[in-house]
Amino acid sequence: MDTLPAASGEAAEPLTPAQLRELYSLMVAVRHLDTSAIAWQRQGIIPGYAPELGQEAAQVGSGYAVDTTRDFVFPTYREMGVARTMGVDMVAYMSTHKATWHGGLYDPLESRLAPIQAVVAGSVLHAVGWAHGQTLSAAAGTTAPPGVALTYFGDGASSQGDVHEALNFAAVLKAPVVFFVQNNGWAISVPTERQVAGGSVAARAAGYGVPALQIDGDDVVAVVEATRRAFAHARAGNGPVLIEAMTYRRGPHSTSDDPGRYRSLDEERDAAGADPLERFRQRLLADGIADDAFFAEALAAAKAEEEQIRAGIQALGPRPGTEMFDLVFQETTPALQAQAANWREESEHV
Amino acid sequence: MSNSTLEGGAAASTSAATPASTTVMSMQQALNRALDEVLAENPRTLIFGEDCGRLGGVFRITDGLQAKHGAQRVFDTPLAESGILGMSVGLAMAGFHPIPEVQFDGFAYPAVNQIVCQMARMNYRSRGTMPMPITLRVPSFGGIRAPEHHGESLEALFAHVPGLKVVSPSNPHEAYHLLKYAATRPDPVIFMEPKSRYWQKDDVDLAHCDANDDGASPTGAKVQREGRHLTLVAWGAMVARCLQVAGLAAEDGIDIEVLDLRWLKPIDAEALAASVRKTRRAVVVHEAPLTSGLGAEVAQLITQSCFDTLKAPVERVTGFDVPYPSGDLEDEYIPNIDRILFGIQRVLEYKRG
Repeated sequence: MDTLPAASGEAAEPLTPAQLRELYSLMVAVRHLDTSAIAWQRQGIIPGYAPELGQEAAQVGSGYAVDTTRDFVFPTYREMGVARTMGVDMVAYMSTHKATWHGGLYDPLESRLAPIQAVVAGSVLHAVGWAHGQTLSAAAGTTAPPGVALTYFGDGASSQGDVHEALNFAAVLKAPVVFFVQNNGWAISVPTERQVAGGSVAARAAGYGVPALQIDGDDVVAVVEATRRAFAHARAGNGPVLIEAMTYRRGPHSTSDDPGRYRSLDEERDAAGADPLERFRQRLLADGIADDAFFAEALAAAKAEEEQIRAGIQALGPRPGTEMFDLVFQETTPALQAQAANWREESEHV
Repeated sequence: MSNSTLEGGAAASTSAATPASTTVMSMQQALNRALDEVLAENPRTLIFGEDCGRLGGVFRITDGLQAKHGAQRVFDTPLAESGILGMSVGLAMAGFHPIPEVQFDGFAYPAVNQIVCQMARMNYRSRGTMPMPITLRVPSFGGIRAPEHHGESLEALFAHVPGLKVVSPSNPHEAYHLLKYAATRPDPVIFMEPKSRYWQKDDVDLAHCDANDDGASPTGAKVQREGRHLTLVAWGAMVARCLQVAGLAAEDGIDIEVLDLRWLKPIDAEALAASVRKTRRAVVVHEAPLTSGLGAEVAQLITQSCFDTLKAPVERVTGFDVPYPSGDLEDEYIPNIDRILFGIQRVLEYKRG
C-alpha cells in the first residue's frame, strides 16, 4: 500500500554505494550489540533487555533519514538501532538497561532523541506537540527550515487510544510528523491478527486523510526510501505520514520472556522470513557494492564497538541518590528537601 | 437559607485602605486578565483546549484572547483530553510554555496517563534537560448543578503524584496573582479554578499580591481572616464559605482564623503550624471525599507540628465517600455552614481522657 505522492528532489535520489555500505555497517553494529546485550543480561552485566533482533533494517533505515540538525525522534524502549544510527552515545543509551536511569543518560536535546519511553504509545502525542511547535515557530519566523518529528510505535501500541488521538490531532493541525510503525508480528505473546482489526495499521491512516505506506520493513533500502519520502512530504508542510514497516520480532519480547509458551520454533522460522541482515549482504554482493573483506571489516568494527560499550556499561556506577530528589522539579519544594535530608541522615549518606 | 445566597458578598476584605491599583473584578475577569498579560509577556506561552479559541471557553476564561493574540497562540483542539495533555508535553519539549485547559475536572480523568506518566515525569526522566513548564487549568469542584463528572475535586489525586504542583485560588485577587505566578513556573502546575466562584466580584489589587509584601511571590498559604480560637483550613470555594462561618461564629464570641491554603502541593506546613500554634484548634474543610482526602495530609502536618499544644484532634468537614451527586443533592454533599459549625463545636467541646 502506498498513498503517499511520489518523491521528488533529494528524497528521490538513489542511495550511493558508500551510503549502502554505511547502512550495512550500521546494521551489523546494531545486530552485534543487540545479541551481545542478551549475553550481557545472561552474564549479569545488565538486569534486562528488550532485543530488536530482526528489526535492524526497519530501525537503521528509518533512523538514517533523520536530520539531527533539525528533526526530533520519539522512541519506545526498543529503538536501540535508531539511536545507534542517529549517533547517540551508546553507553548513555544502554544505561537504561543497566537500570541506571529510566530515560537513559544521554542528553535528549543534544542527541535529538527523546528519553526512552516505557509507556506503550506514550510518546506518540509528544511528537505531535513537538511538531506543531515547529509549525508555530516557522510561522513566527523563528526556525527555518522546519524540523520533522519521527515517532515510533508497534502493532501492539496501535491498539492504544493515544495513537488515534495523535493521528487525528496531527492531521487536523497538519503537523509535520512521521508515524513509524514497526509491525513485528507480536505484542509480547499476542500476534498481530489478535491485535489489529482489519489487519493493517497503515490502512487506518485513510480515515484521517493521512497518506500511508506499508513497506517491507526488512528491506533497509525500501525503509530509507520510504522514510525519506515521508520526511520530505511532512517538511514541505503537507502534514503527517504513516509508515507501517512489516518486520518480525525474531527474539523474545524481553530477556524475561519465553516465546516457547506462545509460538513454536517452526512457526518462528516460517513467519520470520529471510534475515534482513543476510538479505542485504547478498544484495550488496550481487550488486558488486561490497565484498567479503568489507563484511569482515564491518563485523570486526562492530565487535570492537561492542567491547567499548560493554566496558563503559560495566564501569557505570549507580547515580548519586540525591538525583532522586534533585531531578523531580526545576524548583524543588520544602517537603522534598526535608525528605532528602532525612534520607541522607538515615541512610548514612551524610 | 441556602448557602449560595449567603455567600454572595461574604468574603470579608481585611485591608483597611484600598490601594489605587485595586479594581473590582469577577474571578472570570481576573483569570482572563492574567492570561492576557501572560500571553503578552511571554511569546512562548500558548493557550489551547476544547472551545478555548473562538468561543473563549465554556466559562469564557479565554474570552477575546484569540482575537487579541492570534489563532496560532490561542486555539481550539479536537475533543480529546489525553491528546491535549500529550500535545502539551511535546510542545514543552520544543521549548513552549503550554497553558492547556481541560473543560471540566472530570475530563481530566482521560488525560491522567499523560499527566501522571508523562507531564509529571519528563523533567525527571530527562534528568532536568526537558522541563515541563505546563500550567494546566482545570475548572474544578462542585456547586453549579452541573451534569455528572462536572463537579469533581481532584486535588488529592494530583498532589499525590511526584512531579506535580497544585494550586487553587479562592477569590478574584488570588486568581489573578496565582495564575500569573503559576504560568511563569518551570514546573507543571495543576491550576484548580473553583467554578462556583467564577462570577463573584471582589477587590483585586493588581500591583500587590499580599499586603505589605511588595514584589513577593504568591507562594504558600495566606491568612484570609485572623482569629484566636480556632483555625479553619480551606482552599478554593470553601474559603468563602469558611469566612461566612467565621462571621457567624463571631456573633457567638468565637474568634476564628481562616487559613487559605492556596498551594495544595507544596503545602505550606509552616503557615499551618504558625496558625494552629496560636489557635490550638483546627478544622479542615474540603469538598473532596473524606477518605484519603487532602484533609488527612493537613491534619497530619498540624499534628506533627502542634501535637503538644493541640486542644483537640484536627477535625475534618468534607464531602462524603460517594460519587459526586446530582444537583438536587449537591448541597447535602458539599460542606455547608451547619456542618462546618458542628465540626467547630466538636473541636471546641473536646475533652481529653
